[in-house]
Amino acid sequence: MIVAEQKPLQEIKSLLGDAQKVLVVGCGTCVTVCFAGGAREAAIVASSLRMASKLDGDPKEVSDVTVQRQCEWEYLDEIREQVAQADVILSLGCGVGVQAIAEHFPEKWVVPGLNTKFMGLPLEQGVWAERCAACGDCILGLTGGICPIARCSKSLLNGPCGGSEGGHCEINPEVPCAWQLIYDRLSSMGKLDVLLEIQPPKNWSTARDGGPRKIVREDLRLAVEEG
Amino acid sequence: MVAEAGQNGKYLVGSNLERVLRAGHFAVTAELGPPQSADGDVIRRKAALLRGCCDAVNITDNQTAIVRMSSIAAGAILVQEGLEPVIQMTCRDRNRLAIQSDLLGAYALGIRNLLCLTGDHQSFGNHPTAKNVFDMDSIQLVQMVTAMRDEHVFQCGEPFKGPEPRFFVGAAAAPFAAPVEFRPYRLAKKVKAGANFIQTQLVYDIEAFKVFMEKVRQLGLHRQTYILAGVGPLKSPAMARYMKDQVPGILVPDEIIERMEAAGAPWAGKSKDELTPEDRKARAEAWKQAGIQICVELIQQLRQIEGVAGVHIMAIEWEEAVRPIVEGAGLLPRPVIEAPTAQEAADG
Repeated sequence: MIVAEQKPLQEIKSLLGDAQKVLVVGCGTCVTVCFAGGAREAAIVASSLRMASKLDGDPKEVSDVTVQRQCEWEYLDEIREQVAQADVILSLGCGVGVQAIAEHFPEKWVVPGLNTKFMGLPLEQGVWAERCAACGDCILGLTGGICPIARCSKSLLNGPCGGSEGGHCEINPEVPCAWQLIYDRLSSMGKLDVLLEIQPPKNWSTARDGGPRKIVREDLRLAVEEG
Repeated sequence: MVAEAGQNGKYLVGSNLERVLRAGHFAVTAELGPPQSADGDVIRRKAALLRGCCDAVNITDNQTAIVRMSSIAAGAILVQEGLEPVIQMTCRDRNRLAIQSDLLGAYALGIRNLLCLTGDHQSFGNHPTAKNVFDMDSIQLVQMVTAMRDEHVFQCGEPFKGPEPRFFVGAAAAPFAAPVEFRPYRLAKKVKAGANFIQTQLVYDIEAFKVFMEKVRQLGLHRQTYILAGVGPLKSPAMARYMKDQVPGILVPDEIIERMEAAGAPWAGKSKDELTPEDRKARAEAWKQAGIQICVELIQQLRQIEGVAGVHIMAIEWEEAVRPIVEGAGLLPRPVIEAPTAQEAADG
């Protein structure tokens, strides 16, 4: 899932500027399950903004609504009325959600209430960790299901570097060394010979380095306009 | 001792370092840290300290991710000074375009030895908010520069439009980093990628290094590459403890820490305020002498290990220590091996 964190209230306030009518839009998918931008958080942010703006002597009209998925037009259509009445939209979606609102309601100013952090998973209640960097050319089949692109600090393909110690990465004792994890896993599976092969330089053109990415699936397209 | 690294017995590059190693001498390289300024005289001053006491001078590339004068520029100054540089190239700051472009320039400036490193993460340095690159890793870098030399192609496969850059290619090894049992095999990958010489992380624990070298010999790696053991003089007991506790992949036996402490024994038990400036100076000097002596002994022990082709001395910001160390280890004067003729070099 996409994991995000709320921005500090002070920053959100400054992003809203002097707009009077604020619509906080939560999202019911990834950011709900990581407790950053679901219905509950949208309601809390809305009430915090009401209180804060009142204390500042400039009370704002803040309402909130949460859609199933901010990243799909059909769900955004459902809030068209509320959006129309607001001066500014505070999106508690991920970066995709914020942009979907901007794209779908081009006449409306939208600001982000979250910092989108990474694609990952909850390790335990309240702890999330990155797992995928969306490089566009998955190599997990070579590394025992542990991604060195996302999880090695240097994205090494022929690790581990000399900074691996006691199972963690030298940049931070809280960061496990991805290559130690890979080594241990391949060792336990009797597949260490995989690590003797030199992995060639990666083709990064499938990653963000190749420019903004897009997938077109002709087999799924409903109607292609004739030129 | 080491089998011919070059094809048909000819030099790959013909650099002094390659010639000394090929002639079977116990090689000595020394590290030179460029300044955090644009002052080329720092390089010239350090070059004067190292002249005549090593076979090549290894210049760091923004070591520990702190911005310093570029390794290639400092290397070009060394060439002007008549010393032979080994330039370092890391993958942290440059993608494959920048690396190749810089190496074309380095060769054109007369640089012939290259050490390929992944590079310290930028979070350690003085620009921790920087974006890193890591387009390639050190093993891929070795493969790329070896192919540039031997197959005359850029990384993309296109041939050069003119002479190719020819480097005597080195890589690093961390014998004591985790997972320790994989380290000889990772070294094997670097050798397979084409590394002509290897510099190890600092060695203080000879017994642990012997275990590593035994595995290296079992894999036959010492016959395919020249292994330079990394050594460095300690400046103080605090530095020894820091190396032991804070730097991944460095083992410092207690015995060495105790020797360093013993050197400062006459001043032991006194707080900083109780020591006069003269006391502190004398203590620092006593520590330094002990550090140099320990380094000399380490070199003598390393020399006895089969497969160790030389040493790389890392006297960090203490280039003055290199000459007494090399002299103490009985490695002066450095050998002079005749350079290949232009024709031999071209054929190489």
